[in-house]
Amino acid sequence: MQIVLEKRSQASSWMNVMSPVLAVSLTVIMGGLIFAAIGKPPLTALYLYFIDPLTSWWSIEEVLVKAGPLVLIGVGLAVCFKANVWNIGAEGQLTVGALMGAMVPILFGDWQGPWALVAMLLLGAVGGAMFAFIPAWLKTRFGVNEILTSLMLVYIAQLLLDWMVRGPWKDPHGFNFPKSVAFEGWHLLPMWGDGRMHLGLVIALVIALVLYWVMRNNLKGFEIRVVGSAPRAGAFAGFSQTKMVWFCFALSGALAGLAGLIEVAGPIGQLQPHISPNYGFTAIIVAFLGRLNPLGVVFAGLLLAVSYIGGEGVQIELGISDKTTQVFQGMLLFFILMCDTLILYRIRYLSAKPVTGSGDAS
Amino acid sequence: MSAYEAIILTIITASTPLLLAAIGELVVERSGVLNLGIEGMMVMGAVCGFAAAHVSGSAWLGVIAAVMGGVAMSLLFALLTQTLITNQVATGLAITLLGLGLSGLIGSDFVGLPGVKLSNVSIPWLTELPYVGRLVFGQDPLVYVSIVLTAGVAYGLKYTRWGLIIRAVGQSHSSAHALGYRVIAVRYACIAFGGATSGLAGAYLSLVYTPQWIENMTAGRGWIALALGVFSTWLPGRLAAGAYLFGGVWILGLYAQAMGLGIPSQLLSSLPYVATILALVVISTNRRLSVINTPASLGQGFVPDR
Amino acid sequence: MQNNSNNRLPTPLLRVTKLTKKFGDFVANDSLDLSIEAGKVHALLGENGAGKSTLVKMMYGALQPTSGVIEWQGQRVTVANPAHARDLGIGMVFQHFSLFEALTVVENISLALPPQLRQADLSQRIASLSNDYGLPLNPEALVADLSVGERQRIEIVRCLLQQPKLLIMDEPTAVLTPQEAQALFSTLRRLVAEGCAVLYISHRLEEVRQICHDATILRHGQLVAEVDPQVETAATLAQLMVGSSVHQVNRPANNAVGPVLLQLKHLNQPSNTPFGVALVDINLSVKTGEILAIAGVAGNGQGELFGVISGEEGDRSSRSMVLMNQVCNQLTINQRRQLGAAFVPEERMGHGAVEHLSLTDNILLSRHACNDTPNPLNRGLMGIDRAQLATLNATIGRDYDVRKGREDAQAGSLSGGNLQKFVVGRELNRKPKVLVINQPTWGVDAGAAALIRQAVIDLSRQGSAILVISQDLDEIFELADTIAVISRGQLSAGYAAAQLSREDIGLMMAGSHEQNNAGSGT
Repeated sequence: MQIVLEKRSQASSWMNVMSPVLAVSLTVIMGGLIFAAIGKPPLTALYLYFIDPLTSWWSIEEVLVKAGPLVLIGVGLAVCFKANVWNIGAEGQLTVGALMGAMVPILFGDWQGPWALVAMLLLGAVGGAMFAFIPAWLKTRFGVNEILTSLMLVYIAQLLLDWMVRGPWKDPHGFNFPKSVAFEGWHLLPMWGDGRMHLGLVIALVIALVLYWVMRNNLKGFEIRVVGSAPRAGAFAGFSQTKMVWFCFALSGALAGLAGLIEVAGPIGQLQPHISPNYGFTAIIVAFLGRLNPLGVVFAGLLLAVSYIGGEGVQIELGISDKTTQVFQGMLLFFILMCDTLILYRIRYLSAKPVTGSGDAS
Repeated sequence: MSAYEAIILTIITASTPLLLAAIGELVVERSGVLNLGIEGMMVMGAVCGFAAAHVSGSAWLGVIAAVMGGVAMSLLFALLTQTLITNQVATGLAITLLGLGLSGLIGSDFVGLPGVKLSNVSIPWLTELPYVGRLVFGQDPLVYVSIVLTAGVAYGLKYTRWGLIIRAVGQSHSSAHALGYRVIAVRYACIAFGGATSGLAGAYLSLVYTPQWIENMTAGRGWIALALGVFSTWLPGRLAAGAYLFGGVWILGLYAQAMGLGIPSQLLSSLPYVATILALVVISTNRRLSVINTPASLGQGFVPDR
Repeated sequence: MQNNSNNRLPTPLLRVTKLTKKFGDFVANDSLDLSIEAGKVHALLGENGAGKSTLVKMMYGALQPTSGVIEWQGQRVTVANPAHARDLGIGMVFQHFSLFEALTVVENISLALPPQLRQADLSQRIASLSNDYGLPLNPEALVADLSVGERQRIEIVRCLLQQPKLLIMDEPTAVLTPQEAQALFSTLRRLVAEGCAVLYISHRLEEVRQICHDATILRHGQLVAEVDPQVETAATLAQLMVGSSVHQVNRPANNAVGPVLLQLKHLNQPSNTPFGVALVDINLSVKTGEILAIAGVAGNGQGELFGVISGEEGDRSSRSMVLMNQVCNQLTINQRRQLGAAFVPEERMGHGAVEHLSLTDNILLSRHACNDTPNPLNRGLMGIDRAQLATLNATIGRDYDVRKGREDAQAGSLSGGNLQKFVVGRELNRKPKVLVINQPTWGVDAGAAALIRQAVIDLSRQGSAILVISQDLDEIFELADTIAVISRGQLSAGYAAAQLSREDIGLMMAGSHEQNNAGSGT
């Protein structure tokens, strides 16, 4: 018997919905096997990982706080990838956005009031977008591959942040710790609940809904889909590939920058050398798991946020390295890519085996 | 040992992992496949190599384990992109993310433990020659492996039938299929080769460069190796030159830090990344060269009609 | 040699019995019987999609039959793969060449031969054999630098080096000038005289009558007739192929030629890729009610010319193009559409239409900015007018007989002919004043081709100016009022269609009108 893939004449809309479900199930099964392999009780570990974070209000809040930046960055990347523009430097744009927005509390600490917060949010978005313009410019002007440049810029941005918080922007009264002054008053996002929930999540949801509508009903969304899947047809429709690259980097950079600012003006409350547990890279997984669809990204963002909190849970309760979170996330991307094959292809079992070998030729 | 010898030695040490990873990827890309997972395969090589060497006490067993770790990751990539025809860019990213996570998990028990260093070659008499002895006859074995591999790939691609088939498959998989070549099998083999050299590059980091396990110790070298492929326009000779140039930039930063010139260390640390971007820009200005050498079906999945 | 006594004389070189190939539920070849004898040219006739390519791919080992028997020189064989076919003595020249552009001629040929051969020896054999058969080739040349005719020679020489007993040729003359085709025929005659068999796939009936001894005709995967082409006429052969009487395109006389609507004046365009074609001093003009057809062998600048006229490529600062009395180089493709122009590119899939988009989305593709629908299709913040797109889709489907699985199917699920009718219909539905159409019926079945050609003629007779680019001479003569020929990026003057013969066009295709021939190698 032989298993072959056969192209479907129409993409399967059923598999389009089922593929993420299948991928998550496979990840959970593989995860259980890994836990068993390292000698931990698999069911307990899985429970701690995926269910326990949803059993208390406190941890649900934590999940929502983590989901905010993932969704925000994820929707931007979803648009990029849909347009076949490969911005994988969101982590760097997040960093620069945080730096730009932090100018207000650090350099203009006396300026308080709602407009100061608005200025911070805008600066965060602008900072992320400006930083994303570097790979956009290199690609459109010189034809340099944006994957490599946007990724190199992540390292550069992180080193820049490191230098700023150890050098010029170090809190002079901070006992020489590599941290900026703590943000206060209107330099922090409004919070509620037990004091962790903040405005960032609302912003993320609104933007996801807007982008969902754009992708579905607006000509811009149509343009993104066409340019991404058939560049020559895009040119035939009068859509400019170059403008699309700029648009995608501007959008995803701005959203990543905004996410960075929201992190430092929200849960963290100041600048420090590490401001993100790899949100910019995890958002790549979020985008794919969400089928590059902004609404799907919201659900995917929540799921991956659960995995962050669950990862912390198993570390505390079972003493399993928090690296399992990254392994889970990597596996999830793997399985989602595998299952996506089934959208365009169907599996067929061939029983009639063609005889190979040339023995009967002579 | 004179200062110039020391500098050249450190440059070679910094360049060799780049060269090892890049020469494998060059073969992969020549066969028409873009594997962005070098960083993940490399870091898996590093952790497998370190763990095996630490447990067994033998650096060579470490090297073998590293190669196997790299190959295993690359076969995963091959399974997805060649058999299941997934998007190569996304799958490469998945390999990198998975590799970084998995290596962290495996390595969590090995952080801070002493490693086993692969010892340098020592040939009586020759190695003691003044000026050139250490440089030519006293490197660690993987340096020679990297040079032999590069020369072998250069010769093989140009003059052997295997090389011709790899180039043909990378040029036009449909033509190669029509002539009866097994495109997917050829690509599997090339991807596995790329995984092996990436594993070697990882082994170099954890068994030679800094014989210990540090999380994410590849520090973007896999991505720089990818950029080297573009920079070299897929020619092995230029690739080697590029690798040593980048190794030089890396070392320059370290030396400048050590000398304490008052330049922020972060600025010097960012030099390799800045240099990579600049190199890509410079090479892109000669578009004809890139276009002619670029494998025409690079990054496209191949589905035979049955 | 073989001891199974056979009461039949002589044993055919190749015989297939009840050969069937299914792709999923689709039966591409349905229980076919066919035998080929040494020393003869056997024609395999059929429309696009009749199953010719599937059949020969099974003979060549590129596909495996679902059921049925292949016998080679009286022995039952399983042709495992193309290498095995070559070992048996079967060579094949593909319609879409299996060549590698960035490799040399000798490297290309060596890939199809046993690995033991040294390239230096091979170069010599290529040189001598190609001269023997009148197929001159430089073994060290890069394929990318060669013309289509030269590329075909590589394919043929590659087969001949293996001294095949059977040579399969898939639509070999589709890419040749008439003169090149005649040269090919003499090569084939010489091969047959030496005892080789040729399986000749074509839908060009005249040339089948000219060189073939037997003909097998396929329709919808089934064998419909075995005939002697010498006693049939082109018309009877065509009827067997199509299954009904062939649609005649009705072309009323052209007496309403008015003002010029599209004009190119000294258009120059350097090539933007290393292997592309530069356009040199192109002049043309198309009047109201006129069909100007540009003939030429593929790869001589047709795609580049289309791109410049549509506005997808080209120098925005030059002043070489006039559309509706307006210099339009600076205009985008959508601005040109707003002036009344419409464009149909050569590639249906990936250029004219997007595979995974629905038909309504594919209408939006070229018409979102045309502003010639009752209400705008793109309502900005109000979104896209889906209802109007659905109406348009229904109208186009009805007017141009687009057969589809469901009303708003994905473009990729349509057959080639139906997708082409859709893509053409989408533009003709606008009643454009100027239509530029590249390879209107390339690779579509006769019914769709006739419908499309008739629609194009009808549009011109209603007063539109039409520029047709085609490599199919039959189509050119069916459509054109005026004919010009493109070769190596240079365009000849336009001649009234009635004044030209095929041979005249063939000479021009080979470059007789070019101003400087310094670059020609052969």
